[in-house]
Amino acid sequence: MRITINGEVTQTRARTLEELCAALGHGLDKIATARNGDFVPVTQRASTLISENDSIEIVAPRQGG
Amino acid sequence: MLEFYGTHIGSRLLTGTALYPSPQILCDAVIASGSKLVTVSVRREAARSRSGQGFWELIKQLDVHVLPNTAGCKTVKEAVTTAQMARELFETNWIKLEVIANDDTLQPDVFGLVEAARILNDEDFQVFPYMTEDLGVAEKLVAAGCEVLMPWGAPIGSGQGLANPLAMRTMRSYFPDIPLVVDAGIGKPSHAARAMEMGYDAILLNTAIAKAGDPVKMGMSFAKAIEAGRLAYEAGLMEPRDMASPSTPVAGTPFFKIDSAS
Repeated sequence: MRITINGEVTQTRARTLEELCAALGHGLDKIATARNGDFVPVTQRASTLISENDSIEIVAPRQGG
Repeated sequence: MLEFYGTHIGSRLLTGTALYPSPQILCDAVIASGSKLVTVSVRREAARSRSGQGFWELIKQLDVHVLPNTAGCKTVKEAVTTAQMARELFETNWIKLEVIANDDTLQPDVFGLVEAARILNDEDFQVFPYMTEDLGVAEKLVAAGCEVLMPWGAPIGSGQGLANPLAMRTMRSYFPDIPLVVDAGIGKPSHAARAMEMGYDAILLNTAIAKAGDPVKMGMSFAKAIEAGRLAYEAGLMEPRDMASPSTPVAGTPFFKIDSAS
């Protein structure tokens, strides 16, 4: 399935957002996610299905001003 | 005593965490400055990079308040979603709300800012809006639920100081009971002292410390300037006057003659 992760088009077999994060090696990392512009809380990743052409954001803490 | 949304903050110097030469210098500068509140951001995490995890561990060690931002967001939707992600990541309802209108000036989009502030306040965020010094915008932000206002001194990273001191003074007078933070544009400790002398409650800055030749020393310098400015405000500054006024008593001046007095 073709999706976009953090602005880059890629292929995935993950069915849910939780599976996708795990496949990307994030495991227990402190990350937050959004699907198609909407925030997806960690508690909803397992029930959030990935669809063709979805746009996923995966973010982590970073320096800021 | 400085309070944001009922939380006591132990220093009037608030610092960003970006642009430092190294993580160690960032930590050293924050500690030396005495800052008890730092700003952070959320950024894309590449697969298996884990770079955000190390940064988060570093910040936790500092044991300071954390204020996540929505830097770089250009729409209300982007800002709201970024704030929601930041709340989960940093486990705080605080958000430094930025909705940017222009890449060259990084000027706030004040229309989007007010709309995003309203949405986030409805979702129980405690919003710190990065804004212009426009009083009309400020009133709308307060009506939207903001209990802190953060007008820019000058464009982010410009180091120009207070570009519009008259408006900054007016804002202080107009909102005597709302914590006001100068956010952005401060380049020198004297800029910060000037804002504090006006009665601003705190200064938020990043580049001026991070890009200094010696960020640790500059952090200390800003801390002293901000403390000095605050003390001066509390002490009550003299009113300036156009003509000279002798400080030494005139009465009893040796060789004084009445016809030489003019």
